[in-house]
Amino acid sequence: MRSPSLSRLLPPLLLALALLGAWELYADLGTTSSFVLPAPHAVAAALWENAGFIAANLRPTAVEVALGILLALLLGFALAVAVHLSSPLRRAVYPLAVGSQAIPIAVIAPLLVFWWGFGVLPKLAVIVLICFFPVLVTTVDGLRAIEPEQLKLLRTLDASRWQAFRFAELPAALPAALSGARIALAVAVIGAYIAESQTATTGVHAGLGHEINADLIALQTPRAYAAAFVLFALAIACFYALSLAERALAPWAHHPRTGETT
Amino acid sequence: MATDLQSRTEPPVTTKRAHGEEEPSARRDPAGAGAGAAATASEDAIALREVERTFVVRRGERVPALAGVSLRVARGELLAIVGPSGCGKTTLLELICGLQAPDGGELRSEPAVLMPQHDLLLPWLDALDNAALAQRVAHVARAQARRRAASLFEQLGLSGFERARPSELSGGMRQRVAFARTLLAGKPVLCLDEPFGALDAITRAEMQDWLSSALGRAPRTVVLVTHDVEEAVLLADRVLVLSPRPGRVAGEIEVGLPRPRGRTDAAVVALRERALGLLTASSAGAQPA
Repeated sequence: MRSPSLSRLLPPLLLALALLGAWELYADLGTTSSFVLPAPHAVAAALWENAGFIAANLRPTAVEVALGILLALLLGFALAVAVHLSSPLRRAVYPLAVGSQAIPIAVIAPLLVFWWGFGVLPKLAVIVLICFFPVLVTTVDGLRAIEPEQLKLLRTLDASRWQAFRFAELPAALPAALSGARIALAVAVIGAYIAESQTATTGVHAGLGHEINADLIALQTPRAYAAAFVLFALAIACFYALSLAERALAPWAHHPRTGETT
Repeated sequence: MATDLQSRTEPPVTTKRAHGEEEPSARRDPAGAGAGAAATASEDAIALREVERTFVVRRGERVPALAGVSLRVARGELLAIVGPSGCGKTTLLELICGLQAPDGGELRSEPAVLMPQHDLLLPWLDALDNAALAQRVAHVARAQARRRAASLFEQLGLSGFERARPSELSGGMRQRVAFARTLLAGKPVLCLDEPFGALDAITRAEMQDWLSSALGRAPRTVVLVTHDVEEAVLLADRVLVLSPRPGRVAGEIEVGLPRPRGRTDAAVVALRERALGLLTASSAGAQPA
């Protein structure tokens, strides 16, 4: 693993600066209202002035994302294994899992609130619903990707079905499962926003999603942008944290000479 | 160590199956089969009698892979099977190893382990864990399994590469790790499916010498499938030539030369030519069909 050197950090920094510059110029031209599009310097100022407020709202959102993604990984992975080991279950579960991705959250949100109230649970349910799917699909594909020859080899070594799963299929599926986890992580943050938007919450600091919605209504657009920027940064941080975990969990998948897995 | 490797020896497995519906000829006369079994010498590790195997491919088309193969392998013997590609050599090995069941005929074999054509090492395990896989499957604790594999690594010239991942090993070394894994399955019969087919000429020659000496130290019953006639004559006690699909035994050569054998020895060259002749003749005979 290389430490992030200047040459590696330069391209993303340059691109971000160029985009910020373009945004700043466009906003300063004055063709749009600052209520519609605040300039980056206004967003930065809002972020600076409201740092404590935004941090207080980040806390519940970060907890939702962390717990939600954890539950989504567990559910997606467990479902994938179950579906892999039983083809009747696969035929039964797969279409429902696909269909679940089309459910408008607003339809089920009242039920979730009715069941679990205004706390973190209904938000977790929404995030899990949105995030389990990429984990399920990639893990199922990963489990099936093992060569039949490999399973034949394990049979000739007298491996049981469970041992073939444990020694070959499971580790072989790990890189794919982790890819699914990365997709899930990237959508978990927008999942948290949707969850907060759709299920009511009591309390002062109810999460960044709530804050953004309230700020937009109150025409506090720069602060809404500042909060959105924090969500943006959260998604990036989660994504790269998992990439690091991936290298530790499945180092063979990153080896240049093992081209099959990634 | 030899006792370790033999510890999983089990009584012979008998597979007997006849598919009578489409092929009445496959239905064996029980009295005849009994007589055949009785004639089988007890020291045979493997005995096949008129074994047939047919694959049903798409659209219900039936492709016979083996049409009445009979052979015997004595305990401790190294039998090489040569034949053109697609003659059912791999099918034959998988039948012996119990990975497939015959559609007709009779098959009896002591427990056999298959070493497939490709090394199929698991990329997430190091060389030692890969070699110890059969031991792990047999519920041996990881530390002990690794210790057993490590003692074999010295003999196989793999010392120093215990912790290397398969991707860090050369083709020849990967094949040796795969061979260690096969040995550590502890079965009396080894079925090697073109073990050196994917290697370059020099490495292949080295591996042939190495296999010959490895088996010299710890003899096993070996069925070696190869398309390389020279390899067969160099390594085997007996060479069986299979005809093109559907495979049947087209000829047999008793090698009976002292070891080590050189590839340029006059006797080796002569036998190689004889085997090649049998192979060509059987292929030519099948051409018009």
